Amino acid sequence: MNQIKPTTFGSDQEMQDAERVFLQRRHHHARLAQSVFQLTTLLAVIFLATLLVTVVNKSMGYVVVENQVDPATLSDRPLSELTAGELAQILRENLRKNRVRTLERAGFLEDQPKSTLVQLVETEIIQPEVVESYNLFPSLINRGNIIADAAVNFPNARVEFRYWLNGDFLVNSMASQPELAGVRSALLGSLQLILITIVVAFPIGVGAAIYLEEYASHKSWINRLIQTNIDNLAGVPSIVYGILGLALFVRALQPLTSGALFGVEGQNGRTILSAGLTMTLLILPILIINAQEAIRSVPDSLRQASYGLGATRWQTIWHHVLPGTMPGILTGTILAISRAIGETAPLIVVGASTFITSDPTGPFSSFTALPIQIYNWTTRPQPAFQHIAAAAILVLLISLLSLNAAAILLRSRFSKRV
Amino acid sequence: MTGKRTITAWKKPITYNLRKKARPTEAIIQSFLFFCGVVSILTTLGIVFELGKEAWLFFGDPEISVVKFLTGTEWQPKIGKFGVLPLLNSTLITSLIAVTVAVPLGIATAIFLSEYASPKMRSVLKPILEVLAGVPTVVYGYFALTFMTPLLRSLVGIQNVDVYNMASAGLVMGIMILPLISSMSEDALSAVPQSLREAAYALGATRLETALQVVLPAGLSGIIAAFIIGVSRAVGETMIVAIAAGSGPNFTFNPFNAAETMTGYIARISGGDLSYNTPDYNSIFAIGLLLFLVTFGLNILSRAISRRFREVYE
Repeated sequence: MNQIKPTTFGSDQEMQDAERVFLQRRHHHARLAQSVFQLTTLLAVIFLATLLVTVVNKSMGYVVVENQVDPATLSDRPLSELTAGELAQILRENLRKNRVRTLERAGFLEDQPKSTLVQLVETEIIQPEVVESYNLFPSLINRGNIIADAAVNFPNARVEFRYWLNGDFLVNSMASQPELAGVRSALLGSLQLILITIVVAFPIGVGAAIYLEEYASHKSWINRLIQTNIDNLAGVPSIVYGILGLALFVRALQPLTSGALFGVEGQNGRTILSAGLTMTLLILPILIINAQEAIRSVPDSLRQASYGLGATRWQTIWHHVLPGTMPGILTGTILAISRAIGETAPLIVVGASTFITSDPTGPFSSFTALPIQIYNWTTRPQPAFQHIAAAAILVLLISLLSLNAAAILLRSRFSKRV
Repeated sequence: MTGKRTITAWKKPITYNLRKKARPTEAIIQSFLFFCGVVSILTTLGIVFELGKEAWLFFGDPEISVVKFLTGTEWQPKIGKFGVLPLLNSTLITSLIAVTVAVPLGIATAIFLSEYASPKMRSVLKPILEVLAGVPTVVYGYFALTFMTPLLRSLVGIQNVDVYNMASAGLVMGIMILPLISSMSEDALSAVPQSLREAAYALGATRLETALQVVLPAGLSGIIAAFIIGVSRAVGETMIVAIAAGSGPNFTFNPFNAAETMTGYIARISGGDLSYNTPDYNSIFAIGLLLFLVTFGLNILSRAISRRFREVYE
């Protein structure tokens, strides 16, 4: 192609020079491109770091808290040192009669545990309110300014460093004030939802994988159809599964999913069971594909040996294929489950409630879940909700990371064995 | 098989029954497993049937026709205007932004991982990409609203960028589909046989020339498939756009404006109190059906391309 014409180059020397320049340019391009590729790859790392830093930045920092009532005016000693009787006295003096009557519906105030009474005094009388909140980095850099500003703008308030992700956040239920809200009911809801999903999806998913890998002949059209269909279903948007769940489980199967068939009254179809079944349909394709890969890794010689000894197909699968492939299947299941834990869109559509203050009581109760709570808090305009959304995101990410760590551990154990 | 039977066999000849034994358990198990496989088909049929049924009711309304639905530029269910174009338009704009971000970055990352990175580097980078792929989309939505939007507003100017805008959602969606595109592209590049690279090196090609002129064309079908899957994922993504792109249909081409996407609309409508058999309720099925057909079609196209145009080296 590149014929070097004698007329272009006068001498050998010139030709060599030209070639060297050409070569240098190519090598220069190659080096340049390498650093570009390297940088773009680093971008992915930077994105992940930025995402985590954003969340952590929002999840702690200084807050300016103003009390409706100064605790010092209630008693000259700290609340925690008071007796139950004194606390009840404070409640009676400061609350309206109607409110006291409501609170006493379950029993006299004096008979309730001290921790409940202290909490009541705090939420009903003192009513601490976060009037200003800061992210972590400004808190670290501008500490002096923040305290000075707070002293000018809110003379009655105190400034404290707040970890929004704290013990109370995990054990409190949803509340309308961000300072008091927690993820307890959301965590329990997510947990029950996932339990239902696992119980239904695992047998069906593994069963389908076994069928496709061990029984199905690839010549039959129905088996090919099943395989293609599973591959395509894995790419269907999750919100479409939500719409299917709404029409099928919430509406058409309402007697079943609301528990009316089992004598549970007063529920519509928007229950944990509906959501769990919807999630099952959502993760089944992923679970089946992962399980198929695990089953495929079992060497054929194992099956042949078993058949040679006269074992039937199912005996071969049950006693020889499955034990060897179980860690792989479990890894695949964990990965599918971690997808289900973070899914939000289908839950919105099948009707997870956003304001639930009580724990879910079983498959037929209405519910909220962790990602739903995050979505709800993120979309609220008040800045304090952004902080608790960040704290809830940390809870979600930590549980996902520990699940993935478990999957990686299983995988490494598995790869050592084979 | 027991000892007893061998002894009796010694005395008088026994007849072995070598015919296949009927094993009802085996048959039951096999049919159960077959049923498990069929569940996936039932799911697809369920989606098509349920979405189709409600969409049929939606289009059965004399006020609404399929043509009006697909060509109308106003979506206002309150006054009976059901033109899907505003929703479709913002879905396409956010997806376009996402793909514009994710495809070049994804392919460059794939080339780096498959052609340049040492095994040690890969073992660090691949899990990071996997973590990025495993982050729930609601978290990406939070990231878009609390990081990307303020960043855009400070870069482009607060008066030019709405609090909720398509650009922020699209950019973060690009970050979300980046791991998907890079891992699919890397698989395609890694599948190119080593002998091709060695041949290129032997002819004096540099690493860059080998990567761009030999490996990339050979793996192109896989990369195109990855691109299409990326589009499909972006079109169907809900939480990022529901949080960051704004609520309220808006027919605009300015990415810094707020505009609701198809998925965002479904999430908003079904998040409120929804009563059955209202145009609102039926409309989410019509949009859902459109969404399903688009993404299902894209997925099938992607598979067909990677199968049809795969270069086979054996």
